[in-house]
Amino acid sequence: MKLNLKIWRQKGPNDKGSMVSYPIENIDGDMSFLEMLDILNDQLVEKGDDPVAFDHDCREGICGMCSLYINGEAHGPDRGITTCQLHMRKFNDGDTIYIEPWRAKAFPVIKDLMVDRSAFDRIMAAGGFVSVNTSGNTQDANAIPIPKDDADEAFNAATCIGCGACVASCVNSSAMLFVSAKVSQLALLPQGQIEAMDRVKNMVAVMDEEGFGNCSNTGACEVECPKEISLENIARMNREFLKASFVK
Amino acid sequence: MSKSVLLKSSLAKKYWMALTGLFLCLFLVGHLAGNLQLLKAGEEGRRAFNEYAYFMAHNPVVKILSYLTYISIIFHVIDGFLLFAQNRKARPVKYAHTRPQENSSFASRNMALLGTLILVFIVTHMQNFWYKAKISNGPFPLHTLVKEIDNQEYDPATGAIVNKKQDVKLYLLTNGQYQMIDLEDKDNIELRHNTEIYSKKLDVKVAEGYKDLHSLTTAFFGHDNSKYGFPKNDLATVAVIFYVVSMLVLIFHLWHGFSSAFQSLGLRSKKYAPIIITVGKIFAVVVPVLFAVIPVYLYLTK
Repeated sequence: MKLNLKIWRQKGPNDKGSMVSYPIENIDGDMSFLEMLDILNDQLVEKGDDPVAFDHDCREGICGMCSLYINGEAHGPDRGITTCQLHMRKFNDGDTIYIEPWRAKAFPVIKDLMVDRSAFDRIMAAGGFVSVNTSGNTQDANAIPIPKDDADEAFNAATCIGCGACVASCVNSSAMLFVSAKVSQLALLPQGQIEAMDRVKNMVAVMDEEGFGNCSNTGACEVECPKEISLENIARMNREFLKASFVK
Repeated sequence: MSKSVLLKSSLAKKYWMALTGLFLCLFLVGHLAGNLQLLKAGEEGRRAFNEYAYFMAHNPVVKILSYLTYISIIFHVIDGFLLFAQNRKARPVKYAHTRPQENSSFASRNMALLGTLILVFIVTHMQNFWYKAKISNGPFPLHTLVKEIDNQEYDPATGAIVNKKQDVKLYLLTNGQYQMIDLEDKDNIELRHNTEIYSKKLDVKVAEGYKDLHSLTTAFFGHDNSKYGFPKNDLATVAVIFYVVSMLVLIFHLWHGFSSAFQSLGLRSKKYAPIIITVGKIFAVVVPVLFAVIPVYLYLTK
């Protein structure tokens, strides 16, 4: 397969950056998208050029490290996958492929296609946890009965890998799907109830501080999310936040 | 309740957007119910519409609702622009290539644009009807009926009594009667607050008429109501087209807005989402279409 890649190159956070074209040949349909980029980087290194910087880690769709806005969509044209799970067979010989970093004020570019997603970490630190006493006599989690439906729904929310595709896809760069998944996974369980009100208020406050946009319910995040996190989580967060704002 | 959270946070802005939006949906229903009376033909329809308009202008509950409507519109607009500005700022560098049509609807991504177009319509609409009916000073033509009656007159030339046809102007009064009143008789009769007829000598309100808003409206959409004081609008064609296009814009705005309001308020769940979405889509189409039918009907029956 012969492709024409158009890749965002940016030397550092303060560089202006631009799209650069890279023709590439002999790409197999069974390669993953990241393998294709590895091949490009090998060629660039051989020529003595600076390789394209991009985030990746587990390469099996569970770590949330890989990103990339491919041909106008987060994680490329396929659904329910991360970029590392995207195969080159989804493209045709001779295609032009645009590869850009996540675009959001809260996700500044570090280099080329790598962005700083530590804003998500700061949101998590504000309340995305349950405080558990680890003195050695911790209660077994299974000792607390939880309805299967609630457990399933909490688990679905917990599958969020924090990749940031929701922010990247959103026309408003809103982080609502991410934050709502993190709020929901705990709000649905008894262990999460104790800190529920502070959690939602603090996480939303940090989300706003970080400069993410406001949700306008377009639903783009749900469609592009590699873990197919549901919009219902956002409704749940809105509910939790409203309740917390009135009570506390 | 922490005040700042319910005013300033990103979620609060959405709550206000949703609450004012849903209130305006209710307003649309009320407004439509009144407008539909314009489809009633003849004097009966004219009377029904003007009586309804009188009720709307004088009922205290309606007055409160109308102020809530003004506030909702202003809040919805300001909040909407604030959200739009913040959302633009959240992505300073745009994508070189993007395919939003793959993951979201046109309406959902362009609520600010659609809303602005609706605002333009509201401004012109208020200028054309609300301002003329409520604010602008000067006498407003009242609901009158011109009736032809037989009048016997003495002809001094021939000395005979002849039958002559004569037009008389009858005023529809709030007591439900049509009555002949000579408003030109400035010595005895005075018109106050546009519609109230006072006896000058007694300084007492003797009757009250109706503003002829029906004739104002039908003239605007092409009817020739010169005899009631409203000549036909030369730009009626433009007015009708603009109205219909604006209602089309409203369909898109409501298509996303209605169910979106429930999502923002956290009222959406797996159980109710399909109902809310279906009701929202039906509402989004039916209400604007019924609104648009009225000027088109008036234009075609001119």
